[in-house]
Amino acid sequence: MEKNMLKEENKIFKNLYNEYGWRINDSIKRDDWKNTGSIISKGREWIINEIKTSELRGRGGAGFSTGLKWSFAPKEIGSRPHYLVINADESEPGTCKDRDIIRFEPQKLIEGCLIAGYAVNAHVCYIYIRGEYLNEGKRLQEAINQAYEKKFLGKNACGSGWDFDIHIHYGAGAYICGEETALLESMEGNKGQPRLKPPFPALVGLYGCPTIVNNVETIAVVPTILRRGGKWFASMGKPKNTGSKIFCISGNVNAPCNVEEEMGVPLKELIEKHAGGVVGGWDNLQAVIPGGSSMPLLPKKICDTITMDFDSLIENKSGLGTAGIVVINKQQDIVACMARIARFYKHESCGQCTPCREGSGWMWRILDRVAKRKATYSDVNLLEDVTKQIEGHTICAFGEGSAWPVQGLLRHFKEEIDSRCREEPLVKKKINNPYLVDQHLLENKNA
Amino acid sequence: MPKITINGKEIDFEKGMTVLQACELADVEIPRFCYHEKLSIAGNCRMCLVEMEKSAKPIASCAMPAAEGMNIKTNTQMVEKARKGVMEFLLANHPLDCPVCDQGGECDLQDQSLYYGVDKSRFVENKRQVKEKYMGPLIKTQMTRCIHCTRCVRFATEVAGVPEIGAIGRGENMEITTYLEKSMESELSANVIDLCPVGALTSKPYAFEARPWELKKTESIDVMDSVGSNIRVDTYNWEVKRILPRLNNEINEEWISDKTRYSCDGLLKQRLDVPYIKKNNKLYKSSWDEALELISKKFQEINPDEIAGHIGDMVGLENALAFKKLFNFIGSKNLEFREKKFYLNSDEKMNYIFNSSIQGIEESDLILLIGTNPRHEATMLNARIRKTYVRKKVPIYSIGDPGELTYDYQIIGKKTDDILKIIKKENDFSKKLLSSKKPIIIIGESALELKSGEYIFEEIKKFLKQNNFITKDWNALNVLVQNASTVGLADLKIFPNEKSDYTFFDKLNGGKFKFLYLLGSDNLEIKKTNEFVIYQGSHGDRGAEIADLILPSAAYTEQNSLYENLEGRVQECRKASYPIGESKEDWKIFNSIIKKLDQNNKNFKFELLREEVKEKIQNFTEINELPEKTLANIKDIKCEFISEKILIKPLDYYYSNSISRASKTMSECRQINQTVRKTG
Amino acid sequence: MSLKKVHDKQPDNFEFNKKNSEEIDIILKRYPKKNKKSAVMPLLYLAQKQNNNWIPLAAMKHIANLLSMPYISVYEIATFYSMYNLAPVGKHFIQVCTTTPCLLRGADKIVKLCKEKISPKENEISKKGDCSWVEVECLGACVSAPMIQINDDYYEDLDEKNTSEILESLINEKPLKPGSYRGRKNTSPEKKFFTNGEKHA
Ligand SMILES: Cc1cc2nc3c(=O)[nH]c(=O)nc-3n(C[C@H](O)[C@H](O)[C@H](O)COP(=O)(O)O)c2cc1C
Ligand code: SF4
Ligand code: FES
Repeated sequence: MEKNMLKEENKIFKNLYNEYGWRINDSIKRDDWKNTGSIISKGREWIINEIKTSELRGRGGAGFSTGLKWSFAPKEIGSRPHYLVINADESEPGTCKDRDIIRFEPQKLIEGCLIAGYAVNAHVCYIYIRGEYLNEGKRLQEAINQAYEKKFLGKNACGSGWDFDIHIHYGAGAYICGEETALLESMEGNKGQPRLKPPFPALVGLYGCPTIVNNVETIAVVPTILRRGGKWFASMGKPKNTGSKIFCISGNVNAPCNVEEEMGVPLKELIEKHAGGVVGGWDNLQAVIPGGSSMPLLPKKICDTITMDFDSLIENKSGLGTAGIVVINKQQDIVACMARIARFYKHESCGQCTPCREGSGWMWRILDRVAKRKATYSDVNLLEDVTKQIEGHTICAFGEGSAWPVQGLLRHFKEEIDSRCREEPLVKKKINNPYLVDQHLLENKNA
Repeated sequence: MPKITINGKEIDFEKGMTVLQACELADVEIPRFCYHEKLSIAGNCRMCLVEMEKSAKPIASCAMPAAEGMNIKTNTQMVEKARKGVMEFLLANHPLDCPVCDQGGECDLQDQSLYYGVDKSRFVENKRQVKEKYMGPLIKTQMTRCIHCTRCVRFATEVAGVPEIGAIGRGENMEITTYLEKSMESELSANVIDLCPVGALTSKPYAFEARPWELKKTESIDVMDSVGSNIRVDTYNWEVKRILPRLNNEINEEWISDKTRYSCDGLLKQRLDVPYIKKNNKLYKSSWDEALELISKKFQEINPDEIAGHIGDMVGLENALAFKKLFNFIGSKNLEFREKKFYLNSDEKMNYIFNSSIQGIEESDLILLIGTNPRHEATMLNARIRKTYVRKKVPIYSIGDPGELTYDYQIIGKKTDDILKIIKKENDFSKKLLSSKKPIIIIGESALELKSGEYIFEEIKKFLKQNNFITKDWNALNVLVQNASTVGLADLKIFPNEKSDYTFFDKLNGGKFKFLYLLGSDNLEIKKTNEFVIYQGSHGDRGAEIADLILPSAAYTEQNSLYENLEGRVQECRKASYPIGESKEDWKIFNSIIKKLDQNNKNFKFELLREEVKEKIQNFTEINELPEKTLANIKDIKCEFISEKILIKPLDYYYSNSISRASKTMSECRQINQTVRKTG
Repeated sequence: MSLKKVHDKQPDNFEFNKKNSEEIDIILKRYPKKNKKSAVMPLLYLAQKQNNNWIPLAAMKHIANLLSMPYISVYEIATFYSMYNLAPVGKHFIQVCTTTPCLLRGADKIVKLCKEKISPKENEISKKGDCSWVEVECLGACVSAPMIQINDDYYEDLDEKNTSEILESLINEKPLKPGSYRGRKNTSPEKKFFTNGEKHA
């Protein structure tokens, strides 16, 4: 085994494929809920420090330091209660790791919720799970019930002296609800439209109260880190990119799968060791989207050597995101693939702010034309402008999420795109866009 | 004061300001679509992006709180790019139909696209087409033009208090609509037309009537109720085309009621344009000479004691004073302006005005309504109550059931006994009242009309005075009168013998008058027997119906005049157009009558009338200002307490005066409102 | 997806049945009393379940009253989230994920099958078997692509052959087994497909 491969004993999610049973008694055998009470008894500060030592970074996409985020919660409970909210909206194309944690390692998440809840002074935790994961939600509820039965939750949870309740809240089909403030809006019974920041949720979140939002995976690794020590976690991966992480490998590989690996594992090794290699062999690789659909794709040349961690991907103008790896081989029409992603963003834009609402559909339309070889060279320049006009100008990071993949395509596949374009005039005759005069005139037949 | 640097210039700003507001302080203009001072911050149009030091991305200045030491730049390439980008996006799906759009010439999108140098978008795809939505008789929609700024949604929810507009769907399919395309159930609905920065929501009655630059604009005030909303009257060829609000933070802020805005089509209908004389129960057109002849004959024939005058709801003060002078001249003291018996103690001004002031409502910490429905009686004042309710959650109570208001309130009783209990500190509410710092008690005409109107009013006043709620700083005593003319006419003492008793009504009902002169008076209940009735006014309405002689006069948009609003604030209503046909300004008519009666008499001069009015107004300070504050005199109460039920008389809102009754638009609103009420 | 259209034939009334009313009591307990509006999404979901998988206007109104919300807000929410159906769908409601990860592994073929076997148009109820289908965005099972959701269950690791069988079974009301159709354990790597990638360099 190469040095970067995760050792079996260091695996956090041993039941990722449900080989050993998901029920609470099975998971207790895997050391869940071991000494939870005494971990909590070490106090908030110790817990937050240990998480800081571990250098754990959020697994929801942004990679923000978890310990630091927890430390933003007010130290004392004031007039407003605190909340912990778990983001299980998992809707980023290419990502399906939280689903497996919920299905097969629910106690890790639940235990993590208790500890994190205690660390940020929250007595109540909501888990926002995407509506389509109905069965997973039912499973999670069952697991929560089992934890209640064992008195791990509820009054004096796990003998810690801390009262703690967990509720599940289902989404109903909206990718944007994964954005933390849209998620809070949705929980409050509104449309999932992101809020303006500041104020940040840590101070003004759910129901106007201090709220910490974390991804499922982030929270689920917390108990193990605390049991084995922050240093242990930090010893895996590389500095600032520590620990292990679940990678979802999908697309044109022989054996698509979810797999826990050490941070910083070379992409090529990951694909070949765990996912059976690229269909048609490594040389048949065209590009890889390394971190869920929002992250710019990487051409084969970069994939040959890139390692999978936050910082080296940023260096290559992409990102680890959710670690949803989508492999695209040479049999695929790369422009069509990215046009489909653009269509996803068009469909999922909440519609609140101008650049995103108007720009996401625009990008899709142009890409679609490029894919169909109906675009001109100036369209392509325009496309680049549109991405720039969206990026950085929106309320939430959805804007970047929709613009970056297109920018990535333009960056690495410009030749491919140009080869499909035509000169100006050909198209001018074409796109039958009626000159909109006035709607009531149009509806009037003889106008 | 904290400091912020804007384009290299350091300025002081007040805590709580946003970056956009700080920029305005520094005279740096920030383009915007969604931001509106009176609405909550949405931050969704992204037009106001500016550069902030240490931030990699531009920030939305409308939403970012200004902070000490911030360094803001608005003139950099980054900002210019951001603005151009947003402009282009907004235009992408916006139709290029300015030539046929009613917003043309006053469209924010049009203006800013010129200013920021993007007049079209490179968007070549099919433009989005959005179905038009039905939003009632006032609002014409053209939703393809909507730029999704959500101002209308926020207005309906926040200001109007009727959350009936929303944005459905999402992404580029988001559409603004009312619930199942019903008309908005609000008296403020048409303000969304002003708010909409583009031509998505335009005025239905005004559709294609005129272009803004063709209109003559006159600043004036409204007389549809006692609030005195500030308005702008736009005329084309002397025809009033539309009425718009004028900003006055002390009164109506930026809004006006639908009645104020849309009664104006009534100015063209049912107008009296020549004098009429009734012969054999039929009205015949006559000349002014013939009419004056008849009047002077009647004045000479009939004993002055049997002559009475009544002034209506929308009459200005100079005209009323001239009327009073006419009555002095003929020797009659039978004058009145109230339309029904309600208690009004004219001894001091405090007794018939809204002492806390409209703006003062925002400071209050408790509001008690007694026998009033402010939503219908004084719509803009009601909007201020709602604003205070939204901002501060001020608790609101009512004695009597006012029906549906635009905020939550609690009914604490429906009888006069409940008022007594407060005064005697016998119920829970008195504790709340006494522990409040700035309470507001609003007494409506429905309470003053009661048999114990006097008792209630004077006892409440005494109670407030004793508990230090009437001081130089705060006066909790408020009377909500319903008509634009009421406060001023009380100041001019338009009462029999200058005393505000009920003599006029007693004589009227006792058939003691042989000659009744109605000056713009349409709402007085008269059982006509064989009195001779003159109606002088602008519309062929209820007053004209019973008249034996009709004198056509100018409407409020056709003559200059002072009015006092319910706060006792004197404001000027200005002539925007000319009296129709042969009609004349009221005071000029009185001039001719007096001339007819006595050749030697001098004409009134308008300027002198105005001077005299100002002298007669109690506690007058300046035009547009609140009256001077005084401390209360307490009077001995001689009358008895009577246990009575307090019934709040419903107001036929869209039909409350002769102009609105002549308005086609108002009658449409009324009809829709009634069917909505019936069908739910 | 364009703006959701409200169905033109609407029932006059809607009431929650007894079971759901009890469920609502439980749901409401999850949220602070003054924030009962939070329950709007679960309630819309219950209404949809109770009413053959679509939400009539009367239900929105009923929910608005239950939660003291303006009607328009409930309407806004019902049109915002893609899982709420505002018009009838098939008893067997098939959602085909066609986002890129599924597309890469043949989602277009599944769409084609749906067109052939169910109905040529999305959201149109099949002539036989009370089915309808719709294209949806990523359902969060990308490593098991291509996949479809039928009512509440995921059917994963599909290919043309087994999708065709699944659809046939649906039309003929035969029982189905959700999960992987390649017989692997959940999302684990299938060693049998390994081509010994190390050798490609
Ligand atoms: C458009 C958008 C979608 C997102 N979707 C998800 C998601 O599905 N799941 C998730 O955990 N985080 C998602 N995020 C990130 C969250 O906003 C937030 O950063 C995260 O939940 C924080 O948790 P972490 O610190 O544990 O990563 C999304 C962000 C954006 C901008
Ligand atoms: S209709 Fe006008 S006010 Fe309303 S959201 Fe659209 S542009 Fe804004
Ligand atoms: S004015 Fe600031 S975002 Fe619209």
